[in-house]
Amino acid sequence: MIELILRRLGGALMILFGVAAITFVLLYALPADPAVQLAGRSATAQTVANIRHQLGLDQPLILQFVHYLGNLVQGNFGRSYTQKTEVMTLILARLPATLILMVAGIVIEVAIGLTLGTIAALNRGGFVDRLVMTVSFIGVSAPQFVVALLLLYVFAATLHWFPMSGFGTVRHVVLPALTLGILGAGWYARMVRSAMIDVLNQDYVRTARAKGVSERSVVLRHAIPNALLPIVAMIGIDIGQFMGGVVVVEAVYGWPGIGQLAWQAIQQVDIPIIMGVTLISSLAIVIGNLVADLVAPLIDPRIRAP
Amino acid sequence: MRIAREFLRRPTAVFGLVVVLLVVIGAVVAPLIAPYAPDDQLFDGLTLEGAPIGPNAAFLLGTDTLGRDLLTRLLFGARTSLIIGVVANGTAVAIGLGVGMLAGYLRGPMGNALMRLTDLMMAFPALLLAIVLAALFHPSLWIVAMVIAMVNWVQVARIVYTETRGLVERDFILAERSLGAGHSRIIFRHILPHLMPTAIVWGTLGIATTVLLEATLSFLGVGVQPPEPSWGNIIFESQSFFTSAPWLVVFPGIAILLTALSFNLVGDALRDILDPTQRGRM
Repeated sequence: MIELILRRLGGALMILFGVAAITFVLLYALPADPAVQLAGRSATAQTVANIRHQLGLDQPLILQFVHYLGNLVQGNFGRSYTQKTEVMTLILARLPATLILMVAGIVIEVAIGLTLGTIAALNRGGFVDRLVMTVSFIGVSAPQFVVALLLLYVFAATLHWFPMSGFGTVRHVVLPALTLGILGAGWYARMVRSAMIDVLNQDYVRTARAKGVSERSVVLRHAIPNALLPIVAMIGIDIGQFMGGVVVVEAVYGWPGIGQLAWQAIQQVDIPIIMGVTLISSLAIVIGNLVADLVAPLIDPRIRAP
Repeated sequence: MRIAREFLRRPTAVFGLVVVLLVVIGAVVAPLIAPYAPDDQLFDGLTLEGAPIGPNAAFLLGTDTLGRDLLTRLLFGARTSLIIGVVANGTAVAIGLGVGMLAGYLRGPMGNALMRLTDLMMAFPALLLAIVLAALFHPSLWIVAMVIAMVNWVQVARIVYTETRGLVERDFILAERSLGAGHSRIIFRHILPHLMPTAIVWGTLGIATTVLLEATLSFLGVGVQPPEPSWGNIIFESQSFFTSAPWLVVFPGIAILLTALSFNLVGDALRDILDPTQRGRM
């Protein structure tokens, strides 16, 4: 078990190194020049050169990368070009807002997905099943920003139930979390349905039914616990995807999380922030997958390593 | 024939196919059926106060903030979505097929290295990567398509890899090899044809993802650039007006949703029909 964990951790570190290397090369090889951006429109060539020198952008790419990695292993993401602050500080300041949104979104997602998926599986092939599957397909096909704007239009601009944008109270969380949750629920519903159908066809479910266990108990005590595994795996993947995927929702709702931080940085070509957010998001994806892998044997004894 | 018959038995799949065909036809004949020109800032396209006009007899879906006919722009926007959808997703499926097939066929260190590359890509925050790339290049139709392809090939590669590994072990490949067939003959005559169902399914399902991604990038202003119409940038251009002119969000939104949904429905039905082991599952 410990060997497995160590091997997975080693693999995770390699992946993070790879992500850092690729992002670094992409960002520094791209046509957008942060020095020109920072110097402003009326800057002379000399000013631009000075800024480039100050930021260390005139050094060979490989040296810059080694330098960056050296700082990174000490937990230092460098300084933002435009905000003159440590990237780590900026990210840590924004992280709680994104985490709140993430937790709220995932709770909504899992609640809707588990309910709809179970109902569909129990009515397999019937009208309800087809209705749920169609609705969940609409969910996965709907563009996030349109749903966000429509929720704003109906519940904020027209009904005034919730604020248009901002952060601070529970009422602020509802619409952005709903946007994420409604759309993500489609995937969960489809996956829960397929996992439940598998489980309901198992011999032990037939045995439970045969010995007279009530249908309610069969579903709640025998089927759902056994169908939990793919949900846990999916939550793990979701945690990672959320970090990189909240840009749109945070932009529409003016939510001060790391998605918004990244979005501002992208517009200002603030490369250290873009690097930092990308790495943090990758880290979240890697950790999410790792946790899902490590939790799986705890939930399901069958996959405990022999 | 069996495929067509099974396909037609599914009402949702038929609905999807009809919508896909309508969108394709609308995009192709857009210049003929569009009531106005897509860039025409019509003299009577704004109210006296300069606000966009809601749906009426002259402008069936209303006008946008510059007084252009929304229906016309949606029809031309369908061209953008479909071109990007087909080009970006076609490229992604081709890359995914190539990488997955090579990795599954070669195995060994080379195959392993290729699969580690897909592990690496899976750890990238895909949407963030796409936004960064699109923003830092000077965005155009083709750049957007390539960015989407770069982000979307990974999933196909992993599925193709698993399938190829299974195929390579099969007796008919062993037989062919013992008869002295070369690598290229085995790959192109025996493995590739078996992967076609997967390619077709992902060639359809992937278009839904691509259309959504293009719309998202364009909505953020880093995708297709105005005045070239795209469903995403129509919403981008009018989002500050959306409380007073909701049709500027609703109609393009419906267009994106219906198109993505239809490609998903058709792809899902194809997956069911072409791969019976998956029937009734995801």
